[in-house]
Amino acid sequence: MEALSLLQWLIDILIGVGLLWLAWRVLFSPELFKAIVLFIAFGLLMALAWVRLQAPDVALAEAAIGAGLTGALLLSAWMKLREESTQQFEQKRKRQIFVWLLAIPLLLIIVGLGYAISLLTPYPTGLSTAVAENIDASGVSNPVTAVLLNFRVYDTLLEVAVLFLALLGVWSLEIRESAIGSEPEPVLDVLTRVLTPLLVLVAAYLLWVGAHAPGGAFQAGSVLGAAGVLLILAGWRLPHRLAGLPLRITLVAGLSTFIAVAVLMILGGGRLLEFPSSQASQIILILEATATLSIATILAALFLTSRPSHSEKT
Amino acid sequence: MIIALLYALVGVGLFGLGLYSLIIHAHLLRKILALNIMGSGVFMVLVALAGGEGNMLDPVPAAMVITGIVVAVSATALALALMLKISAITGRAELNDEEGK
Repeated sequence: MEALSLLQWLIDILIGVGLLWLAWRVLFSPELFKAIVLFIAFGLLMALAWVRLQAPDVALAEAAIGAGLTGALLLSAWMKLREESTQQFEQKRKRQIFVWLLAIPLLLIIVGLGYAISLLTPYPTGLSTAVAENIDASGVSNPVTAVLLNFRVYDTLLEVAVLFLALLGVWSLEIRESAIGSEPEPVLDVLTRVLTPLLVLVAAYLLWVGAHAPGGAFQAGSVLGAAGVLLILAGWRLPHRLAGLPLRITLVAGLSTFIAVAVLMILGGGRLLEFPSSQASQIILILEATATLSIATILAALFLTSRPSHSEKT
Repeated sequence: MIIALLYALVGVGLFGLGLYSLIIHAHLLRKILALNIMGSGVFMVLVALAGGEGNMLDPVPAAMVITGIVVAVSATALALALMLKISAITGRAELNDEEGK
């Protein structure tokens, strides 16, 4: 027992030190490419830290989105940047004296924040008892999903809206598409044919299992989005007839279902997004399924950056 | 309890490192990385301090952090697109702070 807790301590300290060291290397290593690869490693280590903090739902989201998709986005942006400008990425920093002078107030801020955190009551009861008491009425048994899709579904509605707005913003900038991935190699081609159904299966599983175990719409959506990114990288494109209206409908499906449910609940005499507990699990499943589809499509479209001109995407 | 404090302090450290790097680096991609690391630090503080008694984690902060991760990735995608646009127009992935005066 003694040795086991010592080992756990060691793991926690290693993860903590590793996170800080990786963050330092990400931010101050001279090569940008190296920094991005290290950032992906940082995301994976963060996922480990979430597991150690008993937050497997967050770990799943971090591994799929924080490490996977953000890394893919950063790498593709880096590629486009390099294609565009021949200039070297010299790491221009501000004047040296300024850099050192700045470290002093920032160190004070960090120490102050650390002190403030050490003053907080550790393990406040928070809302976990309130969630545990009402979990039966929520329609699902995983407390995190219950919070995300019932108790605080308002947050999720706005989050889907934020994703959609980000995509509108990216599309309106009209970035030209990168030349990468237009000619798929045979190995990559075969691999995507095998991997894509597997990823779809994993996404469906995560979506279904989210009702009673770690998982849910965001995790499933990001896995499905990753499948889309993989297909884009391998050179697959959405056929013409799907790139117009069908694509747009999929993009807005999540948000519009949320709004439709909200309006229906008001018409039914309830309050905004207040589900009757007898039908809650069905409503949550519908919301989650459409949200998953929309999140996946939006994430893949964000990766592609340019608006599919009737001949691109997934 | 000490474990939670350890992770919370790591979160504060990440936030500080990110903030420092956000200010001193000129390259926009590096600034975006710095913002992401700052965000990770904030998430870490939130979840570390929310660990309940025994093994139960307060699900509300956990749900908020999941929302936060998704919002962070969409903000990153938008920031990267803006950076590419700036570099396409000016030829440099940096903000010019001398000419604007």
